Amino acid sequence: MQAEKILFIIFAVVALASALNILLQRSPLYGALSLIGTLLALSALYMTLRAQFIAAVQIVVYAGAIMVLFIFVIMLLNVPKDQPQIEKQKGLRYLAIPFAGLLIAEMFFVLRPIRLNTLPPISSGNAEQAVGTTWSIGTALFTDYLLPFEVTSVLILMAVVGAMVLARREGD
Amino acid sequence: MVPLSWYLGLSALLFTIGAVGVFIKRNAITIFLCIELMLNAVNLTLVSLSGFFGDVGGQLFVFIVMTVAAAEAAVGLAIIISIFRNRESLNVDEVDSLKL
Amino acid sequence: MANLLLEWVIKTIVILFILVTAVAYVTLMERKVMSWIQMRVGPNRVGPWGLLQPLADGLKMIFKEDIVPTQASRWLYILAPALSLIPALMTFIVIPYGSEVNLFGYRVELHVTRMNVGLLYILALTSVGVYGIVLAGWSSNNKYSLMGGLRSSAQMISYELALGLSIVSVLLYTGSLDLVEIVEKQSGITGWNIFRFPLMIVFVIFYIASLAETNRTPFDLPEADSELVAGYHTEYSSMSFVMFQMAEYLNLITAASISTTLFFGGWNGPFVERLPLLGPVYFTIKVLVLIFIAMWIRYTVPRFRYDQLMRFGWKFLLPASIVNIIITSTVILLLR
Repeated sequence: MQAEKILFIIFAVVALASALNILLQRSPLYGALSLIGTLLALSALYMTLRAQFIAAVQIVVYAGAIMVLFIFVIMLLNVPKDQPQIEKQKGLRYLAIPFAGLLIAEMFFVLRPIRLNTLPPISSGNAEQAVGTTWSIGTALFTDYLLPFEVTSVLILMAVVGAMVLARREGD
Repeated sequence: MVPLSWYLGLSALLFTIGAVGVFIKRNAITIFLCIELMLNAVNLTLVSLSGFFGDVGGQLFVFIVMTVAAAEAAVGLAIIISIFRNRESLNVDEVDSLKL
Repeated sequence: MANLLLEWVIKTIVILFILVTAVAYVTLMERKVMSWIQMRVGPNRVGPWGLLQPLADGLKMIFKEDIVPTQASRWLYILAPALSLIPALMTFIVIPYGSEVNLFGYRVELHVTRMNVGLLYILALTSVGVYGIVLAGWSSNNKYSLMGGLRSSAQMISYELALGLSIVSVLLYTGSLDLVEIVEKQSGITGWNIFRFPLMIVFVIFYIASLAETNRTPFDLPEADSELVAGYHTEYSSMSFVMFQMAEYLNLITAASISTTLFFGGWNGPFVERLPLLGPVYFTIKVLVLIFIAMWIRYTVPRFRYDQLMRFGWKFLLPASIVNIIITSTVILLLR
């Protein structure tokens, strides 16, 4: 009811504000920190969508590992702040606003027929095995979706070897 | 209850912000961050539709997308490190030719 | 709905109060244990047996000047201790301290919330706790802090893997990520997880990994006094420093609490069915014993060099925990 809408609005505003902050910051480190804020807000939104496992994995993998990698690289390379750039065609900026308004209006128009559809009510049944719990993702991952799982493991192996080869100094 | 269209609208907005960032930013790492933002927007769409239809395949897809994003981030950052070592600059306007 | 909210708020306030007091007295415990092992008397001037020492330390810290270095990034410098402290505090809401209890006529369950992904939530908070350290090192604008911060966080993310994989072995036995259910399945005196075959080795791996996660000796090179000045918290003074210390001791208490929940049966013990209020008592005793062992190790074992530490984490603990998963699943298959 109202509490859910309030929660959604809070987390959506945090996500949007952090995302906009990535564009507004000149230092990549503050951009990375803003992205972490977006990821945390999105994780909360996943919780409201009853995807508990994905919410926790988002924090462990995305905000806890990938973004740490980003921050290490930013600190290692000591990336300087962006200099303010010379904009060659300022008029185009003002042309973008009506186009953006048009696209947003189109989005509202397309989403209008389903604007009242909400999440289906929680079905009675075994709560341990509902969609979104670890059980459901685990069984689906190892039965129906086994091939993507195996392919992903090969992909990770490729990424590990590739990253090590690419980041190595010459003569190591 | 929160309508599904709100989640889809939020996802569209986040994706747009990421896309705008890829176009207007010139630091390679910031562009990479905006790409990750786009991936997350798509994840939000997948999870919301998965909850709406009661199909776990959407959430599984998100799991795979996160794994692929991790792999891509690792390799992409390794490439950025190599570029930085060779060109001493991360400004994409300056590293735009294959010739050193 | 309002009832539930009120219950959460009251439980959170109680736990917060207990935790802050516990952190203060764990620092006293540390100094006392250190002094016993070093054959001297610890702090004993400020109160009987030094019991008011944490109060004196806290007052001293509050009166110190809070310095922000000139060239430091101001926002990050102030944000970093909070980023370290908040995840450390947040882990305590999913840990079960007892079963159900009848307090003033209400049936109260002695855990703040019950998440069905409780264990993943704790791992997530451990991952987020890395940021406080790395940002503290960076924002201090001091090369020792930066080196210490990067080393500390690299160590933490390396040992997170061994931590997570050793939890998987416990998960195979229990079949649930819910901490309340893990504790309930360990009822009875020989039902504790530590008595099941591969889990005793898993406990050792988990304990070592959690010592490395919390930057305790023998894994505390990045913040050892003689090595890198004081590592990532070199430039901090007064309340920010207190927040880092609180976060470190809270992480230690968290590690001990999770160890008791996963391996030592949480609040289980003799006669706990008849007198449910004994649950928190048993829990506290087990947590204190594990903290004592951590301190014992700290003042007995010399510290690792950084490359030895990383080699130990990646080349020994991680394969050992993976092998343990295989052994545990084989044992479970043979037993059923």
